[in-house]
Amino acid sequence: MRRKDVPQDQGLFGEWKEVSYAVDDDGRYILVPSAGWEPANIANHMAWESIEAEVDAVLAKVRAGALSPLAYHMARHQMDPGLLAGYAGLFRWQVRRHMKPAAFRRLSAKLAVRYAAIFRITPEELMKTPECDLSAGLPK
Amino acid sequence: MTLPFPHRQSAHCESGVVANLLTHHGLPLSEAMAFGIGSGLFFAYLPFVRINHLPLTTFRSAPGRIIRQVAKRLGVGVTFRTFRDEENGMAELDRLLAEGVPVGAQTGVYWLPYFPPALRFHFNAHNLVVCGKEGDSYRISDPVIEEPVLCGADDLKRARFARGPLAPKGKLFFLTNVPKTVDPVPAIREAIREVCRLMTRIPIPLIGVRGIRYLAGRVESWPSRLGDRRALLYLGNVIRMQEEVGTGGGGFRFIYAAFLQEAAAFLDERRLLDFSRRMTAIGDHWRDFAVAGARLCKGRPQEIDDFPALVRIVRECADAEHGFFRELDALMRRDRHAVRR
Repeated sequence: MRRKDVPQDQGLFGEWKEVSYAVDDDGRYILVPSAGWEPANIANHMAWESIEAEVDAVLAKVRAGALSPLAYHMARHQMDPGLLAGYAGLFRWQVRRHMKPAAFRRLSAKLAVRYAAIFRITPEELMKTPECDLSAGLPK
Repeated sequence: MTLPFPHRQSAHCESGVVANLLTHHGLPLSEAMAFGIGSGLFFAYLPFVRINHLPLTTFRSAPGRIIRQVAKRLGVGVTFRTFRDEENGMAELDRLLAEGVPVGAQTGVYWLPYFPPALRFHFNAHNLVVCGKEGDSYRISDPVIEEPVLCGADDLKRARFARGPLAPKGKLFFLTNVPKTVDPVPAIREAIREVCRLMTRIPIPLIGVRGIRYLAGRVESWPSRLGDRRALLYLGNVIRMQEEVGTGGGGFRFIYAAFLQEAAAFLDERRLLDFSRRMTAIGDHWRDFAVAGARLCKGRPQEIDDFPALVRIVRECADAEHGFFRELDALMRRDRHAVRR
């Protein structure tokens, strides 16, 4: 890649620039800031779209009463039961059980505080069915 | 209190951290040299390792390997520490900083507030240097960010003790016994030969050039096996591993070409410059793959019959890399005999 070919396609990164390696006119390697590259932006965008689609699907199921609000917060933070179990110090099957509305309603206050702290919300927010998608995909 | 630390933005976090730490300790080293001496270049396609349900494709060696290899080859001591208890892990960091030691840390990127939001996935093998504490925040030299940044203690603690695959467990590392001068020549030679070995002589079909060929076969089968939507998701994932998240472009091939160029001067070996140019061309061809693949991802499903064209590019990359590493290995071997005589 030549210096003049270093792409400057601003995508999802905002102000941030990454460093790419390119050769100058004398064929020497130099470091050039790049605002992004369209093909990488497309791939990145696709990854976020698939996360957002997952959040939407889970949110619909939470509203329909098929899943608990915990499932929504997990999807929002790109977490599967194994990962959340790691953060909460629980077994995977316990998290899976709390993703069901009936078990989640009987969640102990202690566990509610623990889950809420992981997602950085209050226990009340954790127990509520969210009105709308709070996150629009990106972590806050 | 913040230690003077030579922060330089780099393409890849691990080579950047090693290069900056060594420079701090009086051994100036470029990122490309750290990447090369650490034998950072690699390829593996591991379908049984799933990240977000997608098969793992990697263009670099396993996390932590660059640090260890550079330290070993340059005769620098490096101490690693992991922690069970989060408070102990933070206390040890404070203790080291108070002693005036800049400390490397492995972290997840998801909880780092200063990280570009679009890159915040649950990826746990990020490396950064903590070089100071200001009130309740830490001054961090993150090699993929332009300038040193401040990060709250709570955020840093979360990032250091992120859970999930490759969980860092609060890992800290720092250099000890850094020699005044080093002779990089044997280190460079050994490092190049290791990459050649990994890329061409590992008898496992998922690794090195064999792995690239295997990936080509898989890409070929994706549309019929997975259906259009998932095939494109898989393809997009390969492109991301190749072009995003600190690769320097072309799946680390450009960083490696920069390394070969610098190595040519150290070894006084002009033929390495030709190899550097060839590696640049290989990186450019990987970028062709990303361009064509991204067009598919954006295009409409009836354009799916372009998959054979993609497969062709991957196979061409495999062929080019095969010849490249065989000949590079031969050059390094020949020179070794020449030195002995």
